[in-house]
Amino acid sequence: MIDPAARQAIPDLDHAVTRRAFLGAGLGVSGALLVGFYVPTSGASSGGSAVFAPNAFIRIDRHGKIVLIMPQVEMGQGIYTAVAMILAEELDAAFDQVTLEAAPPNDKLYANPTFGIQVTGNSNSIRAFWMPLRKAAAGARAMLVQAASQIWKVDPGSIRTDSSTAIHDASGRHLGYAALVDRADGLTPPKDPMLKDPKDFKLVGKPLKRLDTPEKVNGKVVYGIDVMPPGVKFATIAACPVFGGKVGHVDDSKAKTLPGVQQVVQFDDFVAVVGDHMWAAKQGIAALDITWNEGNNAAISSADVWKKIRIASEREGAVANNVGDTAKGLSEGELHEAIYELPFLAHATMEPMNCTAHVTPTSCEVWVGIQVLSRAQAVAAKVTGLPPDKVTVHNHLIGGGFGRRLETDFVEKAVLIAKQVDGPVKVVWTREEDIQHDIYRPVYLDRLSASMANGRITAWKHRITGSSIIARWLPPAFQKGIDIDAIDSAADMPYDIANLRVEYVRDEPFAVPTGFWRGVGPNNNVFAIESFIDELARKVNKDPVAFRRDLLDKTPRLRAALELAADKAGWGRPLPPRTGRGVAVQAAFGSFIATVAQAQVDEHGEVRVQRVISAVDTGIVVNPDTVIAQLQGGLTFGLTAALYGNIDIERGRVRQSNFHDYRMLRINEMPQIEVHLIKSGEVPGGIGETGTTAAPPALGNALFAATGIRLRRLPVDRAVLSGRKPA
Amino acid sequence: MINLRINGELKSVDAPADMPLLWVLRDVLGLTGTKFGCGIAQCGACTVHVDGSAVRSCVLPIGSIGDRPITTIEAVGMTPGGARVQKAWLDLEVVQCGYCQSGQIMSATALLRATPHPNDADIDAAMAGNICRCGTYVRIREAIKRAAQPV
Repeated sequence: MIDPAARQAIPDLDHAVTRRAFLGAGLGVSGALLVGFYVPTSGASSGGSAVFAPNAFIRIDRHGKIVLIMPQVEMGQGIYTAVAMILAEELDAAFDQVTLEAAPPNDKLYANPTFGIQVTGNSNSIRAFWMPLRKAAAGARAMLVQAASQIWKVDPGSIRTDSSTAIHDASGRHLGYAALVDRADGLTPPKDPMLKDPKDFKLVGKPLKRLDTPEKVNGKVVYGIDVMPPGVKFATIAACPVFGGKVGHVDDSKAKTLPGVQQVVQFDDFVAVVGDHMWAAKQGIAALDITWNEGNNAAISSADVWKKIRIASEREGAVANNVGDTAKGLSEGELHEAIYELPFLAHATMEPMNCTAHVTPTSCEVWVGIQVLSRAQAVAAKVTGLPPDKVTVHNHLIGGGFGRRLETDFVEKAVLIAKQVDGPVKVVWTREEDIQHDIYRPVYLDRLSASMANGRITAWKHRITGSSIIARWLPPAFQKGIDIDAIDSAADMPYDIANLRVEYVRDEPFAVPTGFWRGVGPNNNVFAIESFIDELARKVNKDPVAFRRDLLDKTPRLRAALELAADKAGWGRPLPPRTGRGVAVQAAFGSFIATVAQAQVDEHGEVRVQRVISAVDTGIVVNPDTVIAQLQGGLTFGLTAALYGNIDIERGRVRQSNFHDYRMLRINEMPQIEVHLIKSGEVPGGIGETGTTAAPPALGNALFAATGIRLRRLPVDRAVLSGRKPA
Repeated sequence: MINLRINGELKSVDAPADMPLLWVLRDVLGLTGTKFGCGIAQCGACTVHVDGSAVRSCVLPIGSIGDRPITTIEAVGMTPGGARVQKAWLDLEVVQCGYCQSGQIMSATALLRATPHPNDADIDAAMAGNICRCGTYVRIREAIKRAAQPV
């Protein structure tokens, strides 16, 4: 897992979100979202303030209004509801009365404890914030109880809380939190507040309705792309189609004659047209005659990328894990080797890249949905030359993140354009720009070797080759040649094998930019490992479920998930011809998941996925309905990648451009999906990425069961499955 | 000037006749509930009703609409069918990021208007033009069936 290595590598990573930090950072806080944001100036003052704000996450006013501040961004994963449930649980707040507010950009107050900056990703929101939020809310509750105990002159231990009310049963007295605000504000938060026993949870574990969805069914929700500041203009861009290329000459004479076109602005590597509306901007871009200086990459193609990575994968890598004597182990017994390859992928969030900005000589205002809020502020400050406190960032709900919005390129471009425009400008990328100027899931190549004796694996070697996202995105965490994301769920793979070696080779694919994509490193590793394990099971004529189970003695949670998934899937029951079941297991993102896919292949190699069953042990579940929804969605995302996902490079540019050639799974292609949650008292695991990681290997193994053909590359090649082309 | 009947109101817009309805709704009239997803009628995020039928507003020139009534996500809840679909969407907690859901709801409402009790094949045919990247399809199917039941 990423956490321990990142912790070692990044200074100040254990920075805790405490009242001290909150106070210290108070003066640095800025932004329109903070209108009415109460910043306590002293921990000792008593009364006088209209608001009780014991920490960065909770604010209660004299009218009893409880505002919960969301450190993580909502992009559909249900985090607003889950964070609110955790806070309200330990605060004993009436859940139907809480108000949510997005956190402003502020690393000191709202940094993700794992990464040290404000970031929503890696399925770690609940994992990272579970204890900090519980402690923050429990501390606030303790202060409210103490306030009540002072008013009533009774022992705090004799007071209980429920539904935003302090209650003294012995005397029958009760006071709403509103009435305790003034007195609680003067108190010192307890260092180590008592947390609830999970058996007393009233909210956590219940399938509560999401708080962000009502406005998403009636058109009222305002995503970044929907903001309309007064006087806003509309722009769209054309970036150099070749990676690394520059703008040469722009003839805008025709574009400028089009109705609604206001301005053509030119930058180093892209051109923008500003107009009265997006239609004018789009028409304007189409009418430009641009000569590009295509640069050094104008000749590269996918074949070059694959050739380069195949060569790189032959050299020894940095050692990510080394147990026993793998070289000796591999030299004995029966050796089996395989290479697995995954392509570039675009994110294709349904809300295309966009950002609205208004730059004046003394200020910058940005409206955007982004997974890295403080980085958005920092990049706007850099582009404008303004200090960060002059940059206001309005954080919007996100129409799909999947890792794409862990980047700030679209903010940078919007602010660059806004510097040239009088008034606010909304920059919206066309779908074509969005697909052709993504920051792509890297191509990966995995070499696996194992030796077998008496039907068991005696040695295992896994060499992962791919670009390092971490080295670019979080440089301090890239240490000793190891990308902690690229090796995630490979170096710590769950099977019990005496001799194990995992290596990483960094290979950058020319100028094609690479970034995090839903499922991140484990996507690649779980596909390679679970495909290879399946091959090994077949090699020794063992049932794939039984073969895995025998190797999972040291990971009982995963073994239990495997048994449950197999049972629910009817594993072993006969199926019609050319129909097969495949299984895959994973211990990734702190969750233990087994998945069985069932698929049928016709004579043309077309695949019909019929059923997908996942058994999930993700520890304590905050909102079970959200966990199920994330699996349903994640599995669909993974099936899309396995069946269709592919970005090709031709002449230095991306060949695909829109949903006709970068296909998504549609409702008519959907399998039945069943998700079975396993009750657990372990700490909560991550869930958003897990389904995406699970689906491709389960499907690949099902296709082998259906056809006897092993696919070692994705996406699924129908010609191979039909027998028209060799595997 | 082109006259359009949108959500029961007559709107006069100063825009070229070949401008797609999507951009008139979003950028001229400020009705941002209708979403831009692809611009080539491949994803369905921009779905609105014209005369009660689902159409992709990103490829519908405003000059071609005439006086046919247009309904968007902002007003579909005022019809009993639209309200039922929205309620089913919330009851079954269909929505994740939500960006495609305006279009999904518009397509589903048009489906139920034409086919009050759709089977799975009807749902496939009517909804296959609407992409959901979050993968809410299993719940969309359930919600359509829920909305189809007599209240």
